[in-house]
Amino acid sequence: MTNQDARSIDFTPRPGAAPRSRRVVAHARTEARLLVRNGEQLLLALVIPVGILLAGRLLNGRFGLHEETIAPSVMALAIFSTCFTSLAIGTGFERRYGVLERLAGTPLGRSGLLAGKALAIIIVAVAQLVILAAVAGVLGWRPHPDAAQWLVAVIGVPLAMLTFANLALAMAGRLRAEATLGLANLIYLIGVTAGGIMWPVSAYPPALRWLVRALPTGALGEVGRAWSAGGTTWWALPVLVAWAAASGLLARKVFRWMS
Amino acid sequence: MTTPEPALQIDAVSKAFGPVRALSALTLRARAGEITAVLGPNGAGKTTLIRCCTGLLAADSGTIRIFGSPPGSAEAAARLGVMPQSAGAWSGIRADELLRYLSSLYSNPQPVDGLIDLLGISDFRRTPYRRLSGGQQQSVNLAAALIGRPDLVFLDEPTAGLDPHVRRHTWEIVRRLRDAGLAIVLTTHAMDEAEQLADYVWLVDQGSVVAHGTVPDLTREASLEEVFLTTTTSRVRP
Repeated sequence: MTNQDARSIDFTPRPGAAPRSRRVVAHARTEARLLVRNGEQLLLALVIPVGILLAGRLLNGRFGLHEETIAPSVMALAIFSTCFTSLAIGTGFERRYGVLERLAGTPLGRSGLLAGKALAIIIVAVAQLVILAAVAGVLGWRPHPDAAQWLVAVIGVPLAMLTFANLALAMAGRLRAEATLGLANLIYLIGVTAGGIMWPVSAYPPALRWLVRALPTGALGEVGRAWSAGGTTWWALPVLVAWAAASGLLARKVFRWMS
Repeated sequence: MTTPEPALQIDAVSKAFGPVRALSALTLRARAGEITAVLGPNGAGKTTLIRCCTGLLAADSGTIRIFGSPPGSAEAAARLGVMPQSAGAWSGIRADELLRYLSSLYSNPQPVDGLIDLLGISDFRRTPYRRLSGGQQQSVNLAAALIGRPDLVFLDEPTAGLDPHVRRHTWEIVRRLRDAGLAIVLTTHAMDEAEQLADYVWLVDQGSVVAHGTVPDLTREASLEEVFLTTTTSRVRP
């Protein structure tokens, strides 16, 4: 550094916030880039789902993973991992590292921070769905959705994303980062195996089916599988509306910006 | 001549966390073109005060105004720069990435490359934040506080962990900020730093102001460190 450089900066105040849309997009771009760069998150977001798609093709119906339902199940898994697990772990460590504390004092503000986070996970989730659909298509997946189920999916999938994001923020906004890391991964495993994400509700014992249907994971999984196979799951919408509303209230109540 | 409105106006602010009173009817001012030092022992309430000023914490009572606006408002946030004591960055973000991102939040930001040169960040600009030394993180945090061309900056122990070269350079920058017309609120445990830099000093103990004045006023009969030791409470028992 030279004295010349040091003198070239003019510190005369010229404060002002950038337009809100630019702030939110800048934040979303930064979060999405960091998420994609993180090896563990990439494992959750793409490597595991693609691996399951390939395994489903090779296993061909064994373990209850049928070729026609595995693609929508894996897409539900990808949405769950991005909107819940990755968001919870990422936000937990942002609290720990003081990122939220720093950003709350900038023109981004709290609402901009949440909007930027939402946009980031939408960008990542859409990219995941496009890549997974392309891989599944190459492996022979041919969905044949009913018109009515398009409507259910268009409303239901964003509600499921919102629910997962609310639950992730509630957990990350209250627990220690390490506790969030452990619990988010545990819930991910439970959701995948017992929560109706990977296996259709019909594969569960009859006494438990109502419970799996009442979970956001189960509702999302069934919406995707019915969209792929040609059926309609109107019942999933009130389930997801209730979860989105309740989880939103919970996140609002328990979220703390500082650890 | 009328006295201009203070950049920061804090009146009888109290904040408690359960039974612990962090701030107790604290009142202080900081003016544009001045370096205002807030000194106090660990746990005196300095960081809580900064968090109340950024809107991160809500005061239980009293008022805070930043150029007349309440903390957390869009007007206040745009005019404020904060150098936090703790890290304040994603672990994987590179130093220049963080600064470019923060600059995009403001309408008239400082040139990122110029600030990187000024603060000696060039050599580690591509290094992930978690791999930076404490002093390097401090330099990035100072750049982050200045990137939006604020007119009020909070510097929470800005030279902790810096070597004497960087420390002196940081002092020079803080003086330049004052000369450019910014209001600077500086917290530090280094009494020599406060003596060197501060135009006005507020001594805070157990959440309240126990003494205040210019450095010459406060040090008329004893050094600033002695004034600090006699007016504030020790956290350690002899």
